[in-house]
Formats: sequence, C-alpha cells, structure tokens
Amino acid sequence: MLDVPHATTTEHNETHFDLRKEAEAAGITDTLQQLEQELVGLKPVKSRVRQIASLLLIERIRQRAGLASAPPTLHMSFTGNPGTGKTTVALRMAKILHGLGFVRRGQVISVTRDDLVGQYIGHTAPKTKEILKKAMGGVLFIDEAYYLHRPDNERDYGQESIEILLQVMENQREDLVVILAGYGERMTSFFASNPGFRSRIAHHIEFPDYAEAELLVIAELMLKERGYRFSAAAREAFEKYIALRRTQPFFSNARSIRNAVDRIRLRQADRLVSDLDRMLDVADLETIDAMDVLTSRVFSGSADARSAVP
Amino acid sequence: MKLTQGCFSYLPDLTDDQIYSQVQYCLANGWAVNIEFTEDPHPRNTYWEMWGLPMFDLQDAAGVMMELAECRRVYRDRYIRISGFDSSHGWESVRISFLVNRPPREAEFELVRQEIGGRAIRYTTVRRQAAHAST
Repeated sequence: MLDVPHATTTEHNETHFDLRKEAEAAGITDTLQQLEQELVGLKPVKSRVRQIASLLLIERIRQRAGLASAPPTLHMSFTGNPGTGKTTVALRMAKILHGLGFVRRGQVISVTRDDLVGQYIGHTAPKTKEILKKAMGGVLFIDEAYYLHRPDNERDYGQESIEILLQVMENQREDLVVILAGYGERMTSFFASNPGFRSRIAHHIEFPDYAEAELLVIAELMLKERGYRFSAAAREAFEKYIALRRTQPFFSNARSIRNAVDRIRLRQADRLVSDLDRMLDVADLETIDAMDVLTSRVFSGSADARSAVP
Repeated sequence: MKLTQGCFSYLPDLTDDQIYSQVQYCLANGWAVNIEFTEDPHPRNTYWEMWGLPMFDLQDAAGVMMELAECRRVYRDRYIRISGFDSSHGWESVRISFLVNRPPREAEFELVRQEIGGRAIRYTTVRRQAAHAST
C-alpha cells in the first residue's frame, strides 16, 4: 500500500490542464462507464454521481492551479426503497473518491446500528470510535441509519453514537466520508429529529424504484452472469411474473428479482434431474423454460410473497 | 534533560505529520500500533500503561492520530509513546517504538556509583526528585 501524503502543496501553479487526461488518470472515466453499463436505470442517481465526480475533478484541478478551494463536504445520504442499488452505488462512490484523492485508502466499511451502538452504559463510545478508526481514510457506509435514533426512548444509546459521528464528520472531513442509507420516509423523519445530520450532509441522493422493463433487463443480466438464458416463452412468463410480484407485499426491487432468479435456477435443476433417462446438451443446461417460471407460487395467489425474503 | 528512549529520540521531537507517516508505515506493514503512557520513564520500566487496545485492523493512520489526540488531552503531563508490534512468525516482537509526548517538565535521572566487594563498582540509574529541579 502506497502512502499518499497528508496534504499536498504545490509551489508551481500550473496554468493548462488536459481534462481528458486528468479524468483518465483519476480513473473516473472508467468508473463512470462501469456505472453506466452495469447499473440498469437509476437515471437521477447516475447524473448526480457524474455531477459530484465532475465537481471533485474540477476542485482538484483548481487546487493545482492555485485557485481558492475549500475542501468539499462529501458526506452523502442515499434514500430509496429496498433493493434499488444503494450499497452498490456506495461502493462505486468510494472508488471515484479514491481515484480523485479525496479519500486516501478507498475502503468501504459497511455498518448498521448493531456495529455502532453498545448494549450498556459506556459501551457505545468505544464501539463507535472503533468503527470510525477502521473507516478512516475511506468511506463509512451506515445502512438503515434511522435505527440509530429511537424517538420513543430518550435514554437510547443511539444518541451518543450520533453525537460522536457528527463530531467526527465535522472535524475530520478530510479523513473520512460518511454515507447514510435508508428507506425514504424513515430517513426524512430521522433527519427531522437530527437536524445536525441534515446540515452536515452535502448530497442527498434519491434512488427511484425500477420500472418493469428495467427489472427484466436486470433479471437477464443476472442470468447471464450465472451462465443461463431465458427461452422466448420463459421471458414472456417472467414479464408476467414481475408485473404480479410488484403488486405483492415485501417487493424489494432488484433483490426480489435476484431471489426469483435463484429460485428459478432451483426449479430448472429440479426439472432436469426429474427425467434421468434423458440425454442433456448444453442448451438444456443453460436454458430457462417457461415452466420453470410459471411454477412459481407468485402465480398461485400470494403464498410466495409471504415466504419471500423481503 | 531530554529523555532519549526508542527511535528518533536524538532528533527534534516528531511533528504530527511525521508521526502520521511513521504510523502509516507500521500499518502498511501489518503491525499492531499501540499507544502507551507512563509517569515513570525509568529505562528499566518496560511496561507502560496502554491507552485503549492495540490497533491492528486500521487502514489509515488518522484513526491512531485521533486516539493519540485524546490520550494527549488526558495525559499531557506524562510520557506517551507509540509502538508497533509485529506478530508475524519469527518476529513476534516490537519493531518500532518512539516517544510522541513529553511532560512540560521532563524527568531527570542520575547515575549513582557504589563500591562493592573490593574495588568493584556498581552503577544504578536513580530518578532525581522533581523538587530539586524546582524553578
């Protein structure tokens, strides 16, 4: 691991910059392209990430040109329904920030309330600090951040954790970037009761739900990754599956699709094994049939929704 | 009297940036970084008290610097040192140790000579009481 100096000072101010070269050197063109290709949909998120990346790039060039530049506040909050890609984007964000030198190491520490808040008096502060120390030089990703605050319990230890977080977010802005993530409404009420958080976070990014067509593309991508493909009939069946599944409870966008794909693989394997006397070819192994999709419990009432992992 | 113990002690005191770099070097090598403090910096007092737990799973030295700032705030009147412990097989020992804080008035030591058994001489390092060095 190479050491990046704490603070870089340039004595000679450059006057001309090749933007393309700068962007490529920082690796953002690659990361942004990857973001574009691998993440389906999420238009507002992508444009926001691109804006932030551009700002950081310009900020860095301004620094080198000797223009006034305040270190930007980079803390972010990602809000959106389950399975809309918040964690994935956080990982990409860390890469962009690291490429541009706004975080020194680029690791992502992903935590929830359990990792930050202790169980008895005096347990919380060391626990939170431990996590913060680990996240120094990288990105601290707090999933379901609203659990930190329990409005019904005034003596909840979460508040202590919040105070430490706020202090570090303010005083060590150049050492780490905090990303809060959670479901839209609950994050709004979380910010309402903790105005300190809201004002210290520069970028609020909302993750929209996926459209049906996007979910289908996601499913096909997932199958491709696993070395499968839909037959034409299966594809049609899966379109119906998505339309049905969306109306049922516990639908969590791409995550539900991933679970569905995994179950479809199970059923396909089951179908193949049930007929032992048959000779298989490669096409059999990689093709998902309409039957594999249609036997899902989603089509026979909402039984599937109850047992589905949210 | 400037106490000289551990690495870099004949140099001017390290600045925070220099400490940061040293700690980052330790972390990059996978050593556990410890912050220790004491009131009694006698050269034979090997075991200083520890500030918190050893830090072995950090990526960046900023975390250690945060703890150090806290330790200095509480024990500004004591000696504080940072050590790096290498747990890899065959080493299993402290690889680096240096002072990062001195009290406003440093401890003073003197060498006491004692004649024993015939003309043999025994030397002892004795701490001079602070009262003697009063202003």
